[in-house]
Amino acid sequence: MGGVTENISKGKLWGGDGSPFRISYGKQWMWMFLVSDALTFGGLLTAYGFARHSADSWPIGEETFNAMPFLGNGYPLLYVALMTFILIVSSVTMVLAVEAGHRKDKKGVAKWLLLTVVGGLFFVGSQAWEWYHFIHGTHFGSILTTDGWAVVDYVGTDLVLKFGRGVEVVGTEAQNLWEGAITLAGTGAVEPITMQGANLIENEYAPNVPQYADFFFFITGFHGFHVFSGVVFNLIIYINVVRGVYDKRGHFEMVEKVGLYWHFVDLVWVFVFTFFYLV
Amino acid sequence: MERDDLIRDNAYSLSANHDEEHGRVIRKKIIKVTVILTAVTVFEVLMGAFLKQYTGENGADNPIWPYVKWSFIVLTIIKAAYIVLVFMHLGDERKNFKWVILGPYILFILYLIFICLTESTYWHDVFGGVNSITP
Repeated sequence: MGGVTENISKGKLWGGDGSPFRISYGKQWMWMFLVSDALTFGGLLTAYGFARHSADSWPIGEETFNAMPFLGNGYPLLYVALMTFILIVSSVTMVLAVEAGHRKDKKGVAKWLLLTVVGGLFFVGSQAWEWYHFIHGTHFGSILTTDGWAVVDYVGTDLVLKFGRGVEVVGTEAQNLWEGAITLAGTGAVEPITMQGANLIENEYAPNVPQYADFFFFITGFHGFHVFSGVVFNLIIYINVVRGVYDKRGHFEMVEKVGLYWHFVDLVWVFVFTFFYLV
Repeated sequence: MERDDLIRDNAYSLSANHDEEHGRVIRKKIIKVTVILTAVTVFEVLMGAFLKQYTGENGADNPIWPYVKWSFIVLTIIKAAYIVLVFMHLGDERKNFKWVILGPYILFILYLIFICLTESTYWHDVFGGVNSITP
């Protein structure tokens, strides 16, 4: 039996020593967890795409999300852009904390990690406001007219009916539609059929696609839960840093592991931002 | 017992502690990526605010919308790549690890997107959308 032998230098071989990836087990399995979590989010967003692609119409992000705290409506996408910016900045402070950890700069790690926690709390708070606004809806809600659902608004005392996609009806035409809507509501009705705000069964933004609000609540809620957990993890690691646990250990790798999770949360938001608000 | 989850003697180059000078190089890169991510986000928001999905008063489709939509998707993937490769340091890991992470994920997700879009096109064409079905 003949065989071929070949000399391979030891530098090329793994040789069973340590990790074949030259990465610690903690980091490796954080990555494995993130892959599975990314598949969950990928599945949710793809399901959203399924519903949207099969539906006849779908609400437009900049018409649904156009409110700013204290300023009211008329600021399309600005608030969510601010939220995105907050999350990106908190991702940057996280990566700076990791860098400081490599220099064993305990004070630097503590400072950047605390800023990351603050950024995360700001984001969770913003999301709470966004939910509050989404659940309560516009000032007057939507009514069912003979031309379909329309969001009610007033310029001064003049009625404006917004049918979405920039279609607005004003003046006598709007008044006629209002009268027609009352007739449509049935005999003896004094008001049109109205829908205001959003819940799991109906929503005024897209009365014909109730699952729109379900996807909003589930996807941003699941993401918000991840952000909240991330804030808690970061806080625990922050306390450990301040107590000097990682000084004793000789390296700050735990900061890197929670950092991976935190960047992942930012990564998911980038996709939610695009597919929920922009496209 | 000796713990094997700890880094031994700074053996893994990525986990090794580095000095102030090396740190400065890394920080410069972080700032560069921050500027890129912010600029892309601002650009996306401006596009979203000024380019509409509809035109005119009757809400007709805007002919340039498909291009806007695809630029959103491409810009998102660019942002995602910067986050994963630089912030999460996957770009600095070994090649075999990069493929272990990215290969299966890309494969599964492309399949999922393909199968869901195919199926939802069928639902749209045959039933006129999921929401048109009344139980």
